[in-house]
Amino acid sequence: MVAVTKLSTQEVWALLDKVPDPEIPVISVVDLGVIRDVQWNGNTLNVTITPTYSGCPAMSVIALDIKTELAKNGLENVHLKTQIAPAWTTDWLSAKGRAKLEEYGIAPPQVSGGPQRCPNCKSAHVKKISQFGSTPCKAQWQCVDCLEPFDYFKCI
Amino acid sequence: MSALFEFLLRQGDNTLVLGHRTSEWCGTAPALEEDIALANTALDLIGQTQLWLGYAAQVEDKGRSANDLAFLRDVYDFKNVLMLETPNHDFGRTIMRQFLFDAFQVHWLTALTDSKDSHISEIAIKSVKEAKYHLERSRDTVIALGDGTEKSNVIMQSALEYLWPYAREIMSDDAVDEEIASLEIAPLPSTIHESWLQIVEPTMRDACLKIPDSNFVHNGGKTGLRHTEHLGHMLATMQVLQRSYPGVTW
Ligand SMILES: [Zn+2]
Repeated sequence: MVAVTKLSTQEVWALLDKVPDPEIPVISVVDLGVIRDVQWNGNTLNVTITPTYSGCPAMSVIALDIKTELAKNGLENVHLKTQIAPAWTTDWLSAKGRAKLEEYGIAPPQVSGGPQRCPNCKSAHVKKISQFGSTPCKAQWQCVDCLEPFDYFKCI
Repeated sequence: MSALFEFLLRQGDNTLVLGHRTSEWCGTAPALEEDIALANTALDLIGQTQLWLGYAAQVEDKGRSANDLAFLRDVYDFKNVLMLETPNHDFGRTIMRQFLFDAFQVHWLTALTDSKDSHISEIAIKSVKEAKYHLERSRDTVIALGDGTEKSNVIMQSALEYLWPYAREIMSDDAVDEEIASLEIAPLPSTIHESWLQIVEPTMRDACLKIPDSNFVHNGGKTGLRHTEHLGHMLATMQVLQRSYPGVTW
């Protein structure tokens, strides 16, 4: 019998917070809110993830990155479970994640359905270019004052 | 074939066939923003397909996967409505087809969130969020083009006339729908017709388009009885890899 040093679930959450979102690398998969649960079941670590958009191609990359990061820390026996209910919502983005998004140039989601301000010059004078953007989770907007086009993280 | 399995195939085949058709625009749309929007819409639809056909495969319980159902069935096993397999033709017809479908789908998925089958309700809660912003875009675009130039109006009017006889197959009921409704898994599709019209009529008015008088409805897609010749051509492209190299993975 080889003794397995078990990390606490809190330590696992901290490790997962180092895994970047493959499409928006400034935020972690924890910031994104896709990690729903971390539980030990005997010597197996169960990690529950929820997809952002049902067809999001980043999900398989996220799953691989999570396994890789955990394996680097000696956690080989990891079971990833995908769960669709409750459905992912932008409300699950962490406050840290929202601040990092804006710093990176992506306007964070707002309940009003549009960006609060331009991430570049902070003007509230913005207009929508397209409902869809560079990834399924984003729309294209533009600042009317500084003219900067920017991504807006859609609110769902 | 159980009514539940058949019902799930209908949901999944609708999103699969429209998703594939929409993906045909990838790289060739009239503007970059539209190219991105079409590709993202296709992606959402294919994602929803994985949920529907994944559950269908589980209900069937014969060891088939969502992929097997998508890539290894032939034309007459497909249960999508005919409108969704019609060729893209042009951007106007593509966006009109999307709108006529979205206007149904938003109300339909909303109704399915109350399904007695908790897995169906979960899929509906996830998918309806996406259907809502699909509708927002397709409705705005139909209005912009219908109420655009003389030429864009003609194109949109002809798109509406072409698609109208197909549009309401999705709201026709049959024995499968009756059984599903009696189990409280889903309402009868015909019950969505009124709310569908409440989206379609004002949109066509704003778009300066005239809804055709005809009540004729092409049937045969959702039962699999009589698909158009277009579906076979579409599947030949969509399934070519699995047909040429059975079981191939990468
Ligand atoms: Zn600005």
